[in-house]
Amino acid sequence: MKAIIEQLTQAFGPSGYETEVTALIREMIKDQADEIRTDVLGNLIAVKNGSPDGKKIMFAAHTDEIGIVITYIDDKGFLRFSNVGGVGIATLVGSRVRFANGTIGVIYQEGKTQWKELTLDKLYIDIGATSREEALQKVRVGEFGIFHRDFADLGGRLVSKAMDDRIGCAVLVEALKRISNPKNTLYFVFTTQEEVGLRGARTAAFGIEPDLGVALDVTLTGDTPEAFPKAVELGKGAAIKVKDSSLIAHPRVKDLMVELCETKGIPYQMEVLARGGTDAGAIHVSKEGVPSGTISIPSRYVHSPSEMVDLGDVQACVDLVLAIAQADLEGVI
Amino acid sequence: MLLARLTQANGAPGQENEVRDLIRAEVEAHAHVVKTDALGNLLAIKNPDAPGPKVMLAAHMDEVALMIVGIDGDGYLKFRPIGGVDPRVLVAKTVVVGSKKTPGVIGSKPIHLQRPEERENAFTVRELLIDIGAKSKEEAEKLVQLGEIAYFTTEYEEVANGKVKAKALDDRVGCALAIRLLQEEVSFPLIAAFTVQEEVGLRGAGVAAYQVEPDLALILEGTTASDVPGTDEHRQATALGQGPAITVMDRTVITNPELVQELFALAAEKGIKVQVRRSTAGGTDAGRIQLSGTGVKVATIAVPCRYIHSPASIMCKDDFEGAYQLVKHYLARLEERAGLS
Repeated sequence: MKAIIEQLTQAFGPSGYETEVTALIREMIKDQADEIRTDVLGNLIAVKNGSPDGKKIMFAAHTDEIGIVITYIDDKGFLRFSNVGGVGIATLVGSRVRFANGTIGVIYQEGKTQWKELTLDKLYIDIGATSREEALQKVRVGEFGIFHRDFADLGGRLVSKAMDDRIGCAVLVEALKRISNPKNTLYFVFTTQEEVGLRGARTAAFGIEPDLGVALDVTLTGDTPEAFPKAVELGKGAAIKVKDSSLIAHPRVKDLMVELCETKGIPYQMEVLARGGTDAGAIHVSKEGVPSGTISIPSRYVHSPSEMVDLGDVQACVDLVLAIAQADLEGVI
Repeated sequence: MLLARLTQANGAPGQENEVRDLIRAEVEAHAHVVKTDALGNLLAIKNPDAPGPKVMLAAHMDEVALMIVGIDGDGYLKFRPIGGVDPRVLVAKTVVVGSKKTPGVIGSKPIHLQRPEERENAFTVRELLIDIGAKSKEEAEKLVQLGEIAYFTTEYEEVANGKVKAKALDDRVGCALAIRLLQEEVSFPLIAAFTVQEEVGLRGAGVAAYQVEPDLALILEGTTASDVPGTDEHRQATALGQGPAITVMDRTVITNPELVQELFALAAEKGIKVQVRRSTAGGTDAGRIQLSGTGVKVATIAVPCRYIHSPASIMCKDDFEGAYQLVKHYLARLEERAGLS
């Protein structure tokens, strides 16, 4: 599974420009799904048919990652940019960006700017061009880029850019590989534009009309030095969402997840996220409403280029997805 | 002239009647169906039953304005902006208030009476008032009701260098474009949606798109131009005279990459000057339309306007014409394709 995670995290997919990621996933799952399609927003939807008495479950993991968009190129070939999704300014100075054609750039701050005064428009990107004309050979205004950072296997733990949410994609890819004859009909949806407002999941859910919605996404942990108190730790299992700013998990969906973990011996922990949201926030208010919950993969350093997850937690999330796929949902939803 | 009449009509969010009536009269001859929905969106539909693609043009009818929220004992009116208005642009502007079209002036404490610290800071909305000349609450109440709207009184005028000065160019430029474009001869369904309540949260557009169910939508807008002295070039969202601005991303939308590429290629092919909108701030109806139903391909094409959301904006007629030509050619391209399929 590490190889899949490395491939997925290293792919290029800022919000709105996720086709490299969705093409990669399509290739990975093409023999496992009964049907694969994409919709107008670019969501990749893979269907695995269940038994006639099963329900329709939408699992969602987002393919997009945070990034930047070029807003201006000056005479000397330096780029100015704006953020795509929630970008923490402290992670930027000295880091690198990559564009779709492989062009690499260094982010740095204007010389006279003090740290405390740092805002996005005091930063620039240097792609090694010596003039506007040379820069225009490689990039253009309006082009999207991502934060460039290698995958590293630390043993039990893995670190990379874009773990948010390629690790969720990896969980679904792995689950799809391991599943056969599910009770419920499963829609594995690899969504777009989550980081800019849960946009892809919204139109996907409208088309699918699921009976149950489950998002797979990373969550923050409270287990690092002087961390904001939060009862989620790396290595303590799948995190079952109680609430975040986009969703109050449906009580019966949340309880079902707990019950399945208990009976199947899957390590789990409960998660309350003060700020942030997932695709379940868009799914649960689709049409007349969809009972929904979220399985969170604990992750440190979320929205930095070095997001860290624990492989044991990832396995637990796969097991929980498989358990839900086979669960009898009569009376639950 | 159409744009003059459109900008001088008044239409606060939720009170777009005057603008809607004007537009309805303009589009009736060019649409098979014209209807107003529950929120007040005006939908002008050409070829409703023809085979697709179903193309939607969207422009919002509402403009930023001021709502009367109080009348004090001396007959002065208190107000609050509807939509985003910087209070610093309001002092000493003339307005017309309510159904009786009562003229007034936005007043403030004169500079010689201000305390030193007051001179250091701009007035907030709470410190401003509208003076309609009334000398008591009772007298003011005969002229103005609470909840009525005060509009800016700027006249449409052509100024030097092919530029235009007017109020409400955001988004009467879009309305004017959609009215003209609806006159194009096409065989596919073409829907001009004149939306309501954009300035208070893109409220009409989603409802309009839900009814229309378009395959593709072009959002026609007026957008901020910041090519004024004292602004670093890299902070200028758009500049006048560089052609219509095409959005790649703003707060509400990432536009469809293929559609945007196609528009740039078409502009190059036809020799139409265009610019990328170089800011990700702000939002348009595109955000709601894109997420309607199972999703809609969208692009936003905007005429740059200086001093937007103020009593008077300035735009360049060539940019307006460029926007018209670009969309006209795009509709022709769709027509060619429809003919081939």
